[in-house]
Amino acid sequence: MTSDLDELYQSVILDHNASPRNFRKLDDATTHAEGRNPLCGDVYQIWLKLDGEQVADASFQGQGCAISKASASMMTQAIKGKTVAEVRDLFEQFHSLVTGRTGGAGLPGKLQVFQGVRAFPIRVKCATLSWHAMKAALDTQTAD
Amino acid sequence: MAPVTVIPPEELRGRTAPVWDVRKVRADFPILSRIVRGRPLVYLDNAATAQKPAAVIEAIDRYYRTGNANVHRGVHTLSEEATAAYERARELAAVFLGAASPSEIIFTAGTTASLNLVAQSYGGSVLRPGDEILVTEMEHHSNLVPWQLVAERTGATVRAIPVMESGGLDLGAFERLLGARTRIVAVAHASNVIGAINPVNAIAEMAHQVGAVVVVDGAQSAPHLRVNLVAIDCDFFACSGHKLYGPNGIGILYGKRALLDAMPPWQGGGGMIREVQIERSTWAAPPERFEAGTPPIAEAVGLGAALEYLMRWDWEALVGYEQALIAEASRKLQEVPGLRVLGEGADRVSVLSISMDRVHPHDAGTVLDTLGIAVRAGHHCAQPLMRRFGVTATLRASFGAYNTPEEVEALIAGMHEVRRVFQ
Repeated sequence: MTSDLDELYQSVILDHNASPRNFRKLDDATTHAEGRNPLCGDVYQIWLKLDGEQVADASFQGQGCAISKASASMMTQAIKGKTVAEVRDLFEQFHSLVTGRTGGAGLPGKLQVFQGVRAFPIRVKCATLSWHAMKAALDTQTAD
Repeated sequence: MAPVTVIPPEELRGRTAPVWDVRKVRADFPILSRIVRGRPLVYLDNAATAQKPAAVIEAIDRYYRTGNANVHRGVHTLSEEATAAYERARELAAVFLGAASPSEIIFTAGTTASLNLVAQSYGGSVLRPGDEILVTEMEHHSNLVPWQLVAERTGATVRAIPVMESGGLDLGAFERLLGARTRIVAVAHASNVIGAINPVNAIAEMAHQVGAVVVVDGAQSAPHLRVNLVAIDCDFFACSGHKLYGPNGIGILYGKRALLDAMPPWQGGGGMIREVQIERSTWAAPPERFEAGTPPIAEAVGLGAALEYLMRWDWEALVGYEQALIAEASRKLQEVPGLRVLGEGADRVSVLSISMDRVHPHDAGTVLDTLGIAVRAGHHCAQPLMRRFGVTATLRASFGAYNTPEEVEALIAGMHEVRRVFQ
């Protein structure tokens, strides 16, 4: 197996793909958005429960590849308990990490595994699909 | 131009199948020597687009270097030469597809444009409220959405012939769907997802009995089968240059002359008129009526070179070779644990789709890419067929004239690697 592939499909990604965390509908969500990639058919629902400026809970459901599913799963873990401003900053850093602009140094260690996506530019959309949906959910909420 | 002979099947019985010299063919395609991610390229995405032989690349290069000019009405030598080359490509297309006359061949931007032309021009002028357009569940979106658009405009309805688990069309259901309201039957000659070959001769015969017109999407059949339009007796047939080892940006629309004569233009502009006044105009005869604006001239030159190249092939040998290749690939893929080949029961061109337990096709595609193997993952612009088979996406491998048994082995080894990564 080549090193690019090892780097992309690290065990933590395979684990979150096989057993996604927070994989449920959030009944008391305050905002929700759908992320859909019409090119490949991947689709995810993201639910957020905001308590003031804090993301009190986050969940997702949907289907797609290992990269998109693991990314959604780890994202819900990473944003729980963070403030909206912190989550928006995480979004920017994650985007930079997978598109290779910066190292995403401020990201939690676990999310660094997505650096492997850089070697496969076509998969960047997979990694960022749920993040964009999450951001859309935040934007909807704050626009209200 | 060398005449093309189609050998009737009964004459082939008892004869030894001719041998396809794949090494010789590979040498004609410069891109096949490419290294991808450190491995020799294994190109199995031919249903998306085929690679180009040197003859095509050189013909386009030569045209731009020595012959570039606009066609029709130019009084200078270069324009005359470009016009002759463009019209020669039309003649070659007519011969290649077995059309009755070059005037039945319209050049478009591709299969999608060809099908939109038929839907808008023919469909738009004949469809009335309550009329029915029959498609199949296996259509590429390009032979479905244009019909939805014209149905919405005219009050017609789009209905689908179901696909069976085997991958074949349910012809019994087709017979029941056919009726006095059926005006158009639009079917793929071969599926771009599962490769299934539809019996277009029989479909045309049945449709004609109720007075319906038959539109065949030949994008996936023309590169793999010896198409003869007079024998199929369809009314329209569409295919793309780039899947026929030619350039992209050019497609073919065949239409029976009597139908084309009665159709209004699709797009207006230069080259498609007889006389223009401020308030109204009259139209040129087909095919010019449907070729508004400067046509894809270099692309036609390239397509002509591709067709000349293809007509030097022994198609009996090619079809036998590709059929053996796809049968071998299908058999060995099904030995990989957790792997399913969709629509396995149908006769097919050398295109197949795989679904794997617990592995998304995109992930499998990425693993294969690291091994230098190019396949396609996704819904292949055929979402109704995905729904039919209960999947959201598949991994598609599609073989062409230059693929080898060793490349089939590489694909199988790649799928075992996918299993290992996602075990």
